[in-house]
Order: sequence, then structure tokens, then C-alpha cells
Amino acid sequence: MSLAEPILSVRDLRVEIPTPHGVVKAVDGIDLDVPRGSALGLVGESGCGKTMTLRAIMGLLPGRAHISGGEVVFDGTALSPDSLGRLRGDSIGMVFQEPMTALNPVMRVGDQIAEGPRVRLGQSARVSRERALDLLRLVGIPDPERRYRAYPHELSGGLRQRVVIAIALASSPQLLLCDEPTTALDVTIQDQILHLLARLRAEMGLSQVLVTHDLAVVAQNCERVAVMYAGRIVETGTVAEVFGSPRHPYTRALLRSVPDFDDRRAQLESIGGMPPDLITPPSGCRFHPRCDMAHPDCASVDPPLKALGPGRGTACRYHEELARSG
Amino acid sequence: MATIAATEPVPAREIARRRTFRNRWYRTPAFVAGATILLLLIAASLAAPLITRYDPNGQDLLHTYAHPSGAHWLGTDELGRDVLTRLIYAGRVDLLTAFFAVFFPFCIGTALGCLSGYYGGFSDTVVMRLVDIVVAFPFIVLVLALVFVLGPGQRSIIIAITIVGWVSYARIVRGEILVQKRLEYVLAARAAGLSDARIIARHLLPNVITQAIVFSMSDIVLSVLAIVTLSYLGAGIPPPTADWGSMIADGESLITTQWQIATFPGIAILLTGLGLSLLGDGLADLLAPE
Amino acid sequence: MADTNWTTLLEVRDLSMHFPLNDSLTRRMRRKQVDVLRAVDGVDLTVARGEALGLVGESGCGKSTLGRCIVGLYEPTGGQVLVDGQELPSRREPADRRRLQMVFQDPYSSLNPRMTVHQAIGELLRVHNVVPRNRVDERCRELLDLVGLPPSALDAFPRQFSGGQRQRISIARALALEPEILIADEPVSALDVSVQATVLNLLSDLRQRLGLTMLFIAHNMAVVRHVCDRVAVMYLGRIVELASGDELFSNPRHPYTQALLRAVPRIAPGHATQRDAVTGDPPSPVNLPPGCRFNPRCPRAADVCRVEDPPLERRGEHAAACHFAWSDPGREP
Repeated sequence: MSLAEPILSVRDLRVEIPTPHGVVKAVDGIDLDVPRGSALGLVGESGCGKTMTLRAIMGLLPGRAHISGGEVVFDGTALSPDSLGRLRGDSIGMVFQEPMTALNPVMRVGDQIAEGPRVRLGQSARVSRERALDLLRLVGIPDPERRYRAYPHELSGGLRQRVVIAIALASSPQLLLCDEPTTALDVTIQDQILHLLARLRAEMGLSQVLVTHDLAVVAQNCERVAVMYAGRIVETGTVAEVFGSPRHPYTRALLRSVPDFDDRRAQLESIGGMPPDLITPPSGCRFHPRCDMAHPDCASVDPPLKALGPGRGTACRYHEELARSG
Repeated sequence: MATIAATEPVPAREIARRRTFRNRWYRTPAFVAGATILLLLIAASLAAPLITRYDPNGQDLLHTYAHPSGAHWLGTDELGRDVLTRLIYAGRVDLLTAFFAVFFPFCIGTALGCLSGYYGGFSDTVVMRLVDIVVAFPFIVLVLALVFVLGPGQRSIIIAITIVGWVSYARIVRGEILVQKRLEYVLAARAAGLSDARIIARHLLPNVITQAIVFSMSDIVLSVLAIVTLSYLGAGIPPPTADWGSMIADGESLITTQWQIATFPGIAILLTGLGLSLLGDGLADLLAPE
Repeated sequence: MADTNWTTLLEVRDLSMHFPLNDSLTRRMRRKQVDVLRAVDGVDLTVARGEALGLVGESGCGKSTLGRCIVGLYEPTGGQVLVDGQELPSRREPADRRRLQMVFQDPYSSLNPRMTVHQAIGELLRVHNVVPRNRVDERCRELLDLVGLPPSALDAFPRQFSGGQRQRISIARALALEPEILIADEPVSALDVSVQATVLNLLSDLRQRLGLTMLFIAHNMAVVRHVCDRVAVMYLGRIVELASGDELFSNPRHPYTQALLRAVPRIAPGHATQRDAVTGDPPSPVNLPPGCRFNPRCPRAADVCRVEDPPLERRGEHAAACHFAWSDPGREP
């Protein structure tokens, strides 16, 4: 096990959901690598498959959704869906979007943090309580002895999310999977939580995957980013590379549609058309019906993610043309 | 004002197709099954004279307690009356009474629930206290007491059940209204200056009535059972009118020998309940906006 | 508040909206203190004809409540709302209501699921007699065209539309009564990023084409900057800063505005900071701290801040409610 090996590697992951109307290919063959101690951002709009990807890695797919192909390698070991479940809450921690529903409303928050160590690691009540207090301090909750005894509804949104993070940290995980962890929070609280996650990364070497639709959050908090569309990854690279010089029309269109402080344009560019049907996706490149630089063969050839350099990839065959037009 | 939008227009094909009641009902098995059973029951009770030539009250003392045979498909009872005929005519009485015993509470309860939920305050307090009073008594006890006060008969039963039964509808509708009135489409209607009456009738009612309708299906079953119970206890439809409850009461002691007298009404009640239950499930599915 | 060369169309004077909590007959009989939630606590605003004023703040600041008071959904506890110099009563007449309309946040609950688009818009046209009965259909079509929807949308139910399309319908409905003032309460917050752009462009277009006056409520600063001429920042029921968009974002004077701007993540590199923009959590609007409301979390709080509540003080076109707003030009903590 070399330190250069990513903590998480996903190869050709596929998730399908059978529905009365057909099989939805929610995730259709994606590759991901999370280097140790770094944060990977997974961005895309609703329906692109980013949440399904995360849930597949966690082993928490809802309803009839199931992994239909590919493999997940964690810390050098390939995992089956069952073993994924065992790692969950142990080496892999999770943070969800809504802290209120992630916490048990009738249990004191301290007890919820202590539950993991007590039940899974078999620690005594006293030891697990100490650990919970340590974690409350670690996540920056003031007055931890008093807050230990609080119920979730007595805490603000920001504090609740810190508690959720504390629970995730209770088993000293190596990887933290976050699904829109700050979307439901005010911007100043989001700032605090993102700083906390950065501190955990720096001080504890905690690798992270951050799933969000907010490009700016990823730009400021992740080293690497993967852009998803219609169940596929369309571009990967470092944040500077992907947001600074995008090599896929979808990435570029996304960047142009987001109002940005530093560039007040007269008209924001919207992406025409409808989100794609995942039961029968468009032929060829999935983005071609909405692409502003689609070529005739984009409708017939389905381009794979092509490597442009180490850790850099795009699924657009005309990326050079894109780079030239800027 | 007819100008072309500078914003990218939405082409017609991007609007999803509608799945209405009309094109979904036949694909909802619960609805179809329930509706079929009920339609058969209703058809049978309406077409009674066509199905049987006997008089439901016609006694034939020479052929009492006959088992099912060619002449009497379901046998006869202690006065020689044809069980099948009585069964079907009883169905008329029971189903019709149950229907009205649900219809009036539905209307009254929905109306009060709307007002109480929408306006809150004093009217809400008054209605809810009335509900509390009614709910404090066990259902059958209260209905029984009212029937005794009002005297026996179909009308009394309907009135009694109405007085007791409206509360369920009021509570259901009030609860739904409390939820819906905070939704933004209601706020938009208020901001647009629509009158309260219009908002309640045109906007809120269609969105809250589904729950009440689905509940009414099981309420009809409960009413049938209530009527049957009353008749069984001797406080229901007075004899000699055929009615499932009194048939069961009459045939109860003879269940081992003359099983036909009590069993068939029981089966009829069962089928009614089943049909209504399925219909209710099917409607709950179909009436939801999506 | 004297204004310069623009005509003021909408004016809000000392508006307050207080909600009593735990109020009950028994508490009142025992003469117990009734907690009051001061959602809006003395707000003054003017919006010029044709102007777009942005209202930003985080949850609990009262911006939505303020918007609803202005549009007439709540009866304010105090203060006045004036349109074109004329005070609007708390209980609005239908004719008054036509002048201000609102676009709501949630595309999934802002349209009646059981009414077709035609029914929803047609009802408003008919009730208010906006056009003669025989022209209602035509006007519905025109309104849809204005927001970029095809005529076939008329007979469709809301569930057949996507989020962005539903917001277009909501905008069409709001415009049906031909309001002078449009209040948009977080109109794009619930939409996907690429769809937000469409709706924002639409609002900008309509504003220019129809000469609408707009109050744009949002928590997303970048969105507000894109759409609005002037921006007001709210905190715990008060306006703490008010300036033109450019001025506010380049030269914020109130520590809360400064913190907000620091906290907003940006795509371009170089903006991220090591320290939290603001520490702690916002206090509850029920138990307000004495003095300046922001003092418990303010990095610059001094003794005077804990005692005296600073008024909204104007210097030219820029107003800020901080004792130190003007004393340290350009200093950032």
C-alpha cells in the first residue's frame, strides 16, 4: 500500500434503477480517484447521478436501485456491495444534506455521537462519552459538556451539521463522503462548515468527496473536480484546470450560467433544452442535443472520457476547438 | 402586448404528457375490482324484481326453514320467506341508508372543517370543542341513544349517524386545509385579491376533498356495520322490512342448522366492505394529483 | 426620506411585523409575558419607478416577511406601505392588490396542482376584469408568449412542467393583473443552476420591456448583484446597509455585509480565507441582544455597540447602520 495510491478508486461504476417505464441508467460507467488527504468535488445538476454515485459507494442505494457493474476499491481492497455496507460508519463516514433528518430527534446529540464507539467498537460508556466530548470540541462546538445533553431541535442548523460530522468522525474514518453538506445552510454557516472540513483535511489527513451542485463551493474547497452529466463524467482535473480552462461544452456552459461576482455579464447564458431521459439517453454524446458546438458526428459517436494528461480528462472529442474558442 | 420573448422559448414538445383519470382508471386494479363488485351489488339491488319473483315479506308457512334448492336458491327463513329475495331487498335498504348516512356527514363535516381550518380563531375553537364532545362518546352508544330519542326507522338512523359522523370529516378536512392554506399557490390567490369564498371553494376544496372521499369509502362500510348492528340490537329498521342486520339476528341462533339465514347476509356485508375498500384504495391512487 | 431625481413608486415607512409566540388565553389571564418574534422591526425603504432593489440576508432576517407585508399577505404590526405616494391600507382592496404582485420561491407549491394554466390565469383576468370576457383566451396566450411558453401549455397541469417552466408560469400569472411592482421572493433558489439563468434573464427582460419596478429577495448575493440596481442587506429584522450594487460589493461598510461577502464562495481563485467569515450562530429573533443586533458576532464590537442601537445613517447614496461604518474607510478586519 503506497501513499501515492488513492484512498478510493472507482472503475466503470454502473447503477441501474428498474421502473415501470424502463430501466433508468442513473450512473453509466464512471471512473473516480480520490487521492489520500485531498478533497474531490463531484458536481452536476439534479439528475446527473452524483448522489447515486455516492450512495453506491456507501452501499446505501434506495429502493430498487442496484449496482449493475464496475468496481469500488477502497484503501487497496476491492469491495462488494455487502462489504461496502460493513465499512460504512467505520472507515467511511457520511455527511448528508439535511442535519435535522440525519439526527435522531429523541436522542441527545452526545449520545448519538457516542453510540458508534460504544456499539461498534465495544467501548465502555465512560470512554465513549469522553470520545464524544473530544469530537464535539474537534468540530468546534462551544461549551461541549452542556451541548452533549442537547436534543437536535435545540441546536441551530450549523451546530446540527457539526454534530453530524462529529458522528461521522467517531470511528476515525479515512474517507468522508459528503452529499450536499452545506446546501441547506446559510452562507455564513456554510463558510464555517467548509472551513471545518478543510481543517479536518489538513490536520487529520481526512480524504473527502464533496457532492454538490454549487461550483463555487467546489472551487474553493476541493483540489480536484469531476463534472457529471446524465450519469457520466464529462470532465475531470484539478479545480484550476477545469474551472480555469474547461475542456467540455457542458462545463463551459455551466460556468457561464452561474452569476459570478467578478464578472457581471449582461445576460447569463442558459443551457437550452431539457435534462436527458436516462431510460433512453440521446444517441452518441449525451450532451449533443443541448451543445452549442455540436458536430454532426456527435449524434452518432459516444465519446469516452479521454485522458489529456495525468488526472485530466474530457469526454468531448472537440475539446481542442473549445480551448481555442475560449 | 403580443411581443416575442427574448428569453429562449420552450417548445411544445418539452411539456410532459398528461396522465388523467380517464386514461389511468382501467390500469388501476384496485379501482376496477372495487368498482366491479359495487356495481354488481348495486345492480342486483336495483334489479331485484327481475332477479326474483318472490315478495320479500311474503310468508309461506308450509315451507319454512328450507335449505337452498331449485325453488329457493338460498333457502327460506323461519316464516318461509325467500332468503335470496330478502337479501337483495335488504341490500337496497342498507346500502341506501348507509349512503345517506355518509353523504350528509360528508357535506356538513367538510363545510365545517373548511371554515374552521381556514379562519381559525373562534370558529375553529367552537368546531373543535363540538368535535371533542362528540368524540367523547363511543360511536355506537351515542347513535343508539339518538335513535332511541328519535324513534325507530330509516330516517332516525340517518339523522343519528349524521350527528355523530360529521366529526371525522371535519377533522380530516380541517387538517388538510391547515396544511394547504400555507402553500404558496394559496398565498398567490390571496395576493391576487381573490375572495375567501373563492379561495376555499375553487382552490382549497379540490385539493383537500380527496382525503375525505377516500375516507368516505370506508365510512360507508362503517355505516353499513352500524346499521346492521342497530338492527341486530333491535333498534334499527323495524320489521318486517328486510335488512341484513335483522336477518343475521334472526338467524343467529340457528346457525348450525339453518345456516342459510344468517350466513348469506354476512357474505353480502363482507362483499360490500371488500368492494368499498378496494374502491377506496383505487381512488386514493387515482385522485392524487401525481 | 427625500429622494433625488427618480420618482419613488414604492415606499415603506417604519414597517414592523411582530408575531406573538406562546400566546394563549391562560397566559394572558395570568399576565405572563408573551414572547414576541420581531421578524421585521422598523424598516424604511424606497424603490424608484423602474428600479430593481435587491433584498439580501440569511434565514431569519425577515426579508420574506417584509416582502409579504408589502404585497399585502400580512397585516403589519406597525408602519406603512405607500405606492405612488398613496398609503395602502393593511386590508387591501382588490384594486390595490393589482398594483403589487409576487412570484414565489417553490415552483412545486406555488401553482394549484388541480388547475390548468388557463384556469389559473384566466380566473385572475376574469375576477379583476382585466380584459373583456371574450378576450381572456387571447390574453392568456399573450402572457404565455411573454414568458416564452407555447399556447399548448394552456391546457396542461403544473405537474407536466419542469421547475423552470413552472416559474415562468408563476411569472405569467403575476403579470396577468398588470402590476406596477413585482416582488420576487427567492424566485430561482429552488431551481437548477442552468435553469436559474433562464428565469433571471426573463425577469431582466420583462423588467426592461414592461417598465416593471422590482423588489428582488434572495440569499444568493451573486444573483442579486446580477439583477439589481441597488441592494439592501437585512439582519434580524432591520436593514443594516443599503447602496447601489457596485458600491455595496466593492465597498461594504457594515461588518455583517463584509462578512457575508467574505463568506460567499467564488469560482475564481484567490478568494478563500483561512478564518471563518463570522463566528457563532445568529441569535434568535425572539431574544434580541441589547444595542446593535450584530454585536455578539461582530469582530469590531466596542462598548458602545453593546448599549446603543445604531440607526441607518446615510452618506450620499450609501447607508449603513454601524457606529464605525464611516470611521475607517476601507479597513477590513
